[in-house]
Amino acid sequence: MTRQDAGPRTGSGPGPGPGHARASRRRRGSAYPYALYLPAAVVYLVIFLVPTVMAFYFALTRWTLFDSEFVGLQNFRDFLAEQNLRIGFQNTLVYAVVTSGLKVVLGLLLGVLLTSKLKLRGFLRSVVFFPVLVSTVAVGITFSVLLKPDTGLVNQALAVVGVDGGDWLGDATTALLSVALVDVWKGVGLATVIYIAGIMSIPSEYYQAVAVDGGGAWHRFRHVTLPLSWPATYSVIILSFIGGLRSFDLIWTMTRGGPGFTSDTIASIIYKQYQAGFFGLSTAGNVLLFLIVTAIAVPLNHYLGKRQVTA
Amino acid sequence: MKTSHRMTGAALAVLVTAALTSCGSGSGPESGSGTVTLEFLVDNSQATMDTAKALADAFMQANPTITIETETRPGGSEGDNIVKTRLSTGDMSDVFWYNSGSLLQALNPAQTMVDLTGDPVLANVQKDFLPVVSQAGKAYGVPAGTAMGGGILYNRKVYDQLGLKPPKTWAEFMANNDKIKAAGITPVIGTFKDTWTSQLFVLGDFYNVQAAVPAFAQDYTANKAKFATTPAALAGFEHLAEIHAKGHMQEGFGSATNDQGMKMLVEGKGAHYPMLSAQLPPLVSSMPQAATDVGFFGIPGADAARNGATIWEPPGIYIARTSEHVAEAKKFLAFVASPAAADAVNKVVQPAGPYRITGAKLPEDAIQVAKDLQVYVDEGRTAPALEFVSPVKGPSLEQITVAVGSGLTPAAEGAAQYDKDVAKQAKQLGLAGW
Repeated sequence: MTRQDAGPRTGSGPGPGPGHARASRRRRGSAYPYALYLPAAVVYLVIFLVPTVMAFYFALTRWTLFDSEFVGLQNFRDFLAEQNLRIGFQNTLVYAVVTSGLKVVLGLLLGVLLTSKLKLRGFLRSVVFFPVLVSTVAVGITFSVLLKPDTGLVNQALAVVGVDGGDWLGDATTALLSVALVDVWKGVGLATVIYIAGIMSIPSEYYQAVAVDGGGAWHRFRHVTLPLSWPATYSVIILSFIGGLRSFDLIWTMTRGGPGFTSDTIASIIYKQYQAGFFGLSTAGNVLLFLIVTAIAVPLNHYLGKRQVTA
Repeated sequence: MKTSHRMTGAALAVLVTAALTSCGSGSGPESGSGTVTLEFLVDNSQATMDTAKALADAFMQANPTITIETETRPGGSEGDNIVKTRLSTGDMSDVFWYNSGSLLQALNPAQTMVDLTGDPVLANVQKDFLPVVSQAGKAYGVPAGTAMGGGILYNRKVYDQLGLKPPKTWAEFMANNDKIKAAGITPVIGTFKDTWTSQLFVLGDFYNVQAAVPAFAQDYTANKAKFATTPAALAGFEHLAEIHAKGHMQEGFGSATNDQGMKMLVEGKGAHYPMLSAQLPPLVSSMPQAATDVGFFGIPGADAARNGATIWEPPGIYIARTSEHVAEAKKFLAFVASPAAADAVNKVVQPAGPYRITGAKLPEDAIQVAKDLQVYVDEGRTAPALEFVSPVKGPSLEQITVAVGSGLTPAAEGAAQYDKDVAKQAKQLGLAGW
């Protein structure tokens, strides 16, 4: 207990040794006394682990803040019988696919543009990244005003060029897509930064080789930049897809799932049940959402991670 | 051994910190130099804040030793959760303003509020108001402000110009709409961005429902009557769908807000707005014509002989069981439920309907909407909305009515969806028979 190593352990050992030796090294290898880990562990335990475990229990109860009653799997049955659940699933997937797809395409193009030899490169990089820094709720409120049918800037601008813009957020056919586009506007900066880092890390020898072979800009992009920035693509897809599955804040500030139920996502359905005071039911929904996100994200991460090694 | 001492120390520090942060809000308001401070939680709508301020100011003038600190919270279901959380954690203000009727039932008043049954506080409260602030025969609140009407607010100037009369049947109403549309004015204002405003055609139709099926509320609570299978109840959804199908709403109804709708109505750009009469008084200061140009009629039904209006009872003011100043709080509630309080409120906020306090009267210069509503009350042609006679109310009605009113869902399907939504709520509340 009292023996401590002098410095922090660096790197992992050289491959797996005999089990016995490894175990003893690990015990000695703790860089700090366990007491120092304790505050973080307690915070993690109290704020994260305990509520998570409790959520799995409360999902099985009818719970009114004042008292709770155990009802078994009834909440899960009720949640799955929710009439707008199918729309919610569909919208969640559409939203995740549209936003992550557009972020990949636009992020890559902007990344290529912003790694080229532009005069205003530093300034433009800041401009592209800026929306990421603005609070999502503020973005949502701003765009709800911009997208208003009569007075909104978007429709007034469209009117100048003779296009009659619709009621973007009030019309069932355009509401979800409008929100998704705003999400892309807000999130594309992060994707761009990831791509910039990915493209910068491509050794310049490859480009020189293309130049020697007489290839043009298209060849440079198609045969060097695109394949060698796959790692960046994986990161962008994972980040924005999971973000899309959990999407809530922007949708809630802009449409509240409306009109009717047409832009509801799983998260907004759960939130509405929570608002209605159905705490057990909404907890059951959250447990399901947790399982679904895990079921999609873990294999996706695994699959893309494997591809990354071979790339 | 050194390490374990250190560990104990660290663990202790963490525990102390956790203990401090978790019960940091235990202490109540300080009462210095003989005066008592009452905290008063109200929702943040303009009408409520004005009324609450008028009540608090008048009370403090009469009782200099009691100070009332008003605190605001959001309205709607967000506010419901704040009230529920604060009640269940024992952190509620001394007195608070909250809905009467079905929403009150969900607060578990027997455990969280001070029982006022038989208390002199209720001396001036009209007896037929008490059921909506009671649970299991015990009363917990006094009426705050006035009752209001839920029906059609209409622009009287437009009616005069086109020579129209307030309709007594739905057919007459639709005929009026056609004439208004022909004159280039929006017949019906829709403001579905504020989703709750879409419910009025359904909820405000309850006078007609109970006129046609007197036992509806009772059977509905007992899981015997349904919206989808009771033609009189289904009519509200059908009206909503019909208004959309005829194209009677303004362009952009899907993203318009309640404030914009009220403005359209007062300015005469729209003729009808299905709304609560309480939305009008706050507008009078900025648009004086709101007091005279806007009138009220109940949502017309099928039968002209049985025409009436649905009214919403006033919200209540309640005392939290955790209050340390119950005697002072009761004094405040007794004042709220007195004609003097009504006079004080009248000076600041125009009443939107009749008071529920014996001896309290509308002022001579009451706004037109309140006068129109008073006629219904005097002639006995009113019924309280369904949420005051049944604890069952589904949470998704506003989304369903937006969908029906936007033509996304047919009326019958919307009514069936609402029946399912109601079943979900009744199960969660653990009501008998569901």
